[in-house]
Amino acid sequence: MIGGGNAALCAALTAREAGARVLLLEAAPRAWRGGNSAHVRNIRCMHDAPQDVLVEAYPEEEFWQDLLKVTGGLTDETLARIAIRASATCRPWLVRHGARFQPSLTGALHTARTNAFFLGGGKAMLNAYYRSAQRLGVRVRYEAPVERIDVQNRRFVAAWVRDERFVARACVLAAGGFESNREWLREAWGRNQWGEYPGDNFLIRGTRFNTGALLAFMLDIGADRIGDPSQSHMVAIDARAPLYDGGICTRIDCVSLGVVVNRDAERFYDEGEDFWPKRYAIWGRLVAQQRGQIAHSIIDAKAVGRFMPPVFPGVRADTLAGLARELHLDEARLVATVEQFNAACRGGKFDHTVLDDCRTEGIAPSKSHWARPIDTPPFFGYTVRPGVTFTYLGLKTGEDSAVRFGGVPSDNLFVAGEMMAGNVLGMGYAAGVGMTIGTAFGRIAGARAAAAAKGGGTKKELEDVAA
Amino acid sequence: MSPLDMQVEETEAARVLGICNACRYCEGFCAVFPATFRRLEFGPKDVHFLANLCHQCGACLHACQYAPPHEFSLNVPRAMARVRVKTWSEFAWPPALGRLYRRNGLVLSLALAATVAAFLALVMASSGSLWIVPDGGFYAVVSHEAMVGLFAPVFGWAVVALTIGVMRFWRSNPPGPSSAAAMREATADVLSLAYLGGGHGEGCNNSDDAFSLARRRFHHATFYGFMLCFAATSVATLYHYVGGMPAPYGFASLPKILGMSGGVLLVGGTAGLFWLNLTRDPLQGAPERKSMDLGFVALLGLTAASGLALALLGRLIALPLLLALHLGAVMALFATMPYSKFAHGVYRGAALVRWAVEKRRPNEVILADE
Repeated sequence: MIGGGNAALCAALTAREAGARVLLLEAAPRAWRGGNSAHVRNIRCMHDAPQDVLVEAYPEEEFWQDLLKVTGGLTDETLARIAIRASATCRPWLVRHGARFQPSLTGALHTARTNAFFLGGGKAMLNAYYRSAQRLGVRVRYEAPVERIDVQNRRFVAAWVRDERFVARACVLAAGGFESNREWLREAWGRNQWGEYPGDNFLIRGTRFNTGALLAFMLDIGADRIGDPSQSHMVAIDARAPLYDGGICTRIDCVSLGVVVNRDAERFYDEGEDFWPKRYAIWGRLVAQQRGQIAHSIIDAKAVGRFMPPVFPGVRADTLAGLARELHLDEARLVATVEQFNAACRGGKFDHTVLDDCRTEGIAPSKSHWARPIDTPPFFGYTVRPGVTFTYLGLKTGEDSAVRFGGVPSDNLFVAGEMMAGNVLGMGYAAGVGMTIGTAFGRIAGARAAAAAKGGGTKKELEDVAA
Repeated sequence: MSPLDMQVEETEAARVLGICNACRYCEGFCAVFPATFRRLEFGPKDVHFLANLCHQCGACLHACQYAPPHEFSLNVPRAMARVRVKTWSEFAWPPALGRLYRRNGLVLSLALAATVAAFLALVMASSGSLWIVPDGGFYAVVSHEAMVGLFAPVFGWAVVALTIGVMRFWRSNPPGPSSAAAMREATADVLSLAYLGGGHGEGCNNSDDAFSLARRRFHHATFYGFMLCFAATSVATLYHYVGGMPAPYGFASLPKILGMSGGVLLVGGTAGLFWLNLTRDPLQGAPERKSMDLGFVALLGLTAASGLALALLGRLIALPLLLALHLGAVMALFATMPYSKFAHGVYRGAALVRWAVEKRRPNEVILADE
């Protein structure tokens, strides 16, 4: 198993349970093990009736429609449905390996129906999986980055860690995307109309170990690819966030309660277009498309305490001009933008829990919901930058989770997690769906790899896991 | 200095809780997190309340994506432990003694135990040998009147000082009117050590990220052992004053059965807690508190062990010496009670009551729940 996050562990545990001898090679040292899974909050799960922490129902069709919507159709229905169906039945297996769930978090009740939250988050889940792996006899090597493998006639032969060669009868690639590779991000996003390299200004929300070295190697040796390198799960995060591993707490969640302006103190998108799940997933990209890849979310005192508390305190001022000064924005322009917005606010009853009728009229872009004048001091401003969660460029695969070369699947080389999530997520994102994909295809890849190592495996065994 | 200053410990705790408030992954582990999420700012009152609500189970440290080596260097149990020890000393009455204990807790307890024991031994030796077994049991060595005269004031003072401290703590941040349901819940949480369960009932962390019920079990043995010993003393007091039956009592008597079983539980419980403390992940607590915590557990264990030895061996050998040891340990335990780790139970109880009341009140922080 190459990788040490959720998909790699799901593969390792499944393969070990199937009787294979398993070695897991994790690039990071132990303290940083698990890649982006250490930052995971929940897993999106279909269910036809309430299931322990999950309320009501979230049927397959609704899940599929949600996925279709966020990806704009850039998905593979067969693979998506495999992941969705697996999410209905996987949790007892996760619990058996030590994962524990908790009810939806305060302030995130909108996901109580669709997402099962890990108690303690992804790191607690990883700790449990590593303990389970140790109990079952999976060998784990830390600080073991694999940057190349030997492949002959589409068959995996061996993996290299520096100058050490590991021969195995089967292999699962689950080493993540390339989001922490600054040069690759720069190249993928290229130059914009202002001559800037937007990728240079992105922050990485997750691990610094996802350099994409193995992904690049696989693409070089002719593995079939999927996805656009500029596509990723990207959200707007506090510009003061650390370059790597800022995780969940750096997100800025007050976009819909105020206005967002760019470096020129101009609004550029409808802040009240939709609810959090969609908004969350689009604002990173929107900011990435602005000059300087920077924007400022501005609210007034009415919004305080009505959104998830940000990790860093906002810039605070008693006047809009004062706020503009603090944010290094043109005072007159910010005041004009906000006054124009305030004058355009119409409608009735503010209700953040529904798509209410507080909207603007006669300005562009409009704000379709939750539009209230920004007029009650003190005012607060949060400067945001794009935060990349994970990239979608990956290896093309199918129901068997096998790596393909020229359309022909390998017998013993499989792929799971971020390295293949682009098969299902061509663009866009829905909370917890990365875990749905990583868990389903991690387990499929693990079962396939075990079967390949044993020289076959019964059809029934493989179907059991795929189900 | 007032207890409600924002000093380095409180400031660090507020920084830590601010990050927790933006993350929330640990909500299900214990009461600290839901209580944190009802707040937007963490002033000294909030920090002292939340710190005393923390049971130091370690679950949130091992689960934390921001724990060291992350640059946020988040360590909730450590930040809470540092504030907690300040609570016990800053709210303590009289404050000067609290601060003295905080600086030199271990030394103070052990020195006190040794001094009292030495003093008693000296007094006893001056009137006879330390190695004899007098006919009249220990009252032949130290009379009942002398023991009451010596211990009642110290015990009374400990109770008064601790009560004043906890009242000051409670009044600094009153939660509003209580209810029977809240009291029931808080009582159950105390008696069952609900928050040493890790939220999933599998226990807390000790040396690594694995969960274990060992701490809860050893703590139960210690707590209930202590209560049995307290019951033994209470029954014996009744026997003495009401029943007209002075000590010593036979092995089949109620005070002896209560005291012996309590002593055995206490010795086992404190030995277990001592061992767990020594093997605990050093990140989980505050290193400068280790000797204070171990000192308290050791003193409690010494009290129980010397009491057991007195009961079992005192009929055979060196009754005065064993008695001096036991009385010295008891005296030091009582005298430091309001400022030592013993206080954690009382302040934690108050914090649990506060939480049980607070959670039943409307939440003032209404997050967008779209």
